[in-house]
Amino acid sequence: MVKVEFLGPIGKEPMYIEAKNLKDVAKKLQADPEIKKWLDECAVAVNDKLVTSLDIPLKDGDKVSLLPPVCGG
Amino acid sequence: MVELYRGDLEIEQIFKKWYEWSLDKNFGAMVSFVGTVRDENAIEGLSFDVYKPILQEWFDRWQKRAQAKGAVIKMAHSIGNVPVHTSSFIAAVFSPKRRVALELIDEFVEDFKANAPIWKYDLKDGRRIYAKDRSHKMDGSGILNSL
Repeated sequence: MVKVEFLGPIGKEPMYIEAKNLKDVAKKLQADPEIKKWLDECAVAVNDKLVTSLDIPLKDGDKVSLLPPVCGG
Repeated sequence: MVELYRGDLEIEQIFKKWYEWSLDKNFGAMVSFVGTVRDENAIEGLSFDVYKPILQEWFDRWQKRAQAKGAVIKMAHSIGNVPVHTSSFIAAVFSPKRRVALELIDEFVEDFKANAPIWKYDLKDGRRIYAKDRSHKMDGSGILNSL
């Protein structure tokens, strides 16, 4: 299982899903209308490293984080 | 290390600590930036969520960039509620000569606004309202919707 966590204002509990790569995660998240509306806005991290491609394999225990638009200071 | 504090920052103490730390390091310049919550739009204050692992990594990249110029960056930020007329952010650059510090603080604070994983909320009537219209998509946003 892969843990998917939703940071900041998304305000959703983490999900645990079966996924072999980030494309699988994308497909599952797109199927949820509540989450889909955030996807255009969110950056993605795998195990706390930001990624810019979906061609990333995942294994059991990996963590995928969604980071919505930011504003510090 | 990024310094995180719950609530508003005690700017005088943090500034004093950093300044005193710097004195025997032979820096010729210290340039600081302080972000203070303004009284506007009928807010009681701002509130912040911070995701520390990625914030620290982002900061470490900047520290390496500063080190290559003989400089050091320090920053502190609030977590949670920060009332109006108090401060939520302080950053400082120390460098042998002034030009490096003046330029780095500008670039650092701008990139902080664009890419540091911190989320801002307005506090109104005791509620937290995500400041979406003032927020910036991080680099690489949208890939999960790109299939």
